[in-house]
Amino acid sequence: MTEIFQDSPLRVADYSFNSRLLVGTGKYRDFDETGEAIAASGAEVVTFAVRRTNLGQDADAPNLLDVVSPERFTLLPNTAGCYNAKDAVRTCRLARELLDGHKLVKLEVLGDDSTLYPNVVETLKAAETLVADGFDVMVYTSDDPIVARELEAIGCCAVMPLGSLIGSGLGIQNPWNVRLIIEQAQVPVLVDAGIGTASEAALAMELGCDGVLMNSAIAHAREPVLMAQAMKHAVEAGRQAFLAGRMPRRERAEASSPFAGRINA
Amino acid sequence: MQIQLNGEPHALDREQSVAELVETLGLGGRRIAVELNENIVPRSLHTETLLSDGDSVEIVHAIGGG
Repeated sequence: MTEIFQDSPLRVADYSFNSRLLVGTGKYRDFDETGEAIAASGAEVVTFAVRRTNLGQDADAPNLLDVVSPERFTLLPNTAGCYNAKDAVRTCRLARELLDGHKLVKLEVLGDDSTLYPNVVETLKAAETLVADGFDVMVYTSDDPIVARELEAIGCCAVMPLGSLIGSGLGIQNPWNVRLIIEQAQVPVLVDAGIGTASEAALAMELGCDGVLMNSAIAHAREPVLMAQAMKHAVEAGRQAFLAGRMPRRERAEASSPFAGRINA
Repeated sequence: MQIQLNGEPHALDREQSVAELVETLGLGGRRIAVELNENIVPRSLHTETLLSDGDSVEIVHAIGGG
């Protein structure tokens, strides 16, 4: 009898998740598509942004939190659009108020508009303040293993190096650095940013990542709901391949069929 | 009396609480968070927190993001 493989859950701070795919809610055509894609992805953790309320608009307009309700999902407010530690900390405190004391946040402090590359100096500062203030900080950072170590030492509950630039879909540009980060980390490591298609999500998991966070790869696919499903399978397949352990690479062929008993022997 | 509301000047014809401002804006009962002069005003304190001339108020909500 084959047993159905049951993976251990992804544990982040005091949370426990069966899905290792975390998804964003940006760039979708409408809330219907957002909801369908998230459902197809199987994600339990869903990121969103905090922005000024548009005043004078229709107060009955649908709200994102009606589509991804805090009762069904673990919400992960981000600090996207923040370019210094102070703004990022303010944004996290607003998010905590918005979600009635919820303390899990995705910290990202960006360096500039064209690369959206993390400003690690400001990220480190913000992480210190947020951890001291009781937040559970999942932190977006560069793929620098030393910075990742510092962020973990500060008390971040997950380290999330970029695969490549946010929204670029260029995949994991430096898998060796991601490996180095994974090898030393005592907290979950998730690739956040850069994933473009299913094979790249699988690669992240095969490297040993604990999870993958993505938005554009799904939202900007021609068929977002289908891609969300593909990503669900890719993350599961990559995770299982990692746990199974790949065969060694060889430089020469090795026949799978036995040599003995060939009719031409 | 004038305050800054989400980065824009906003006139108030009389003294108001945060709760009254939120209500006037049609945001009563909505999922929002309020910051006054860069400090959070918890929902439980909206009614008793009065606005003063020159105050800076931010009202935010959740939107799609990654």
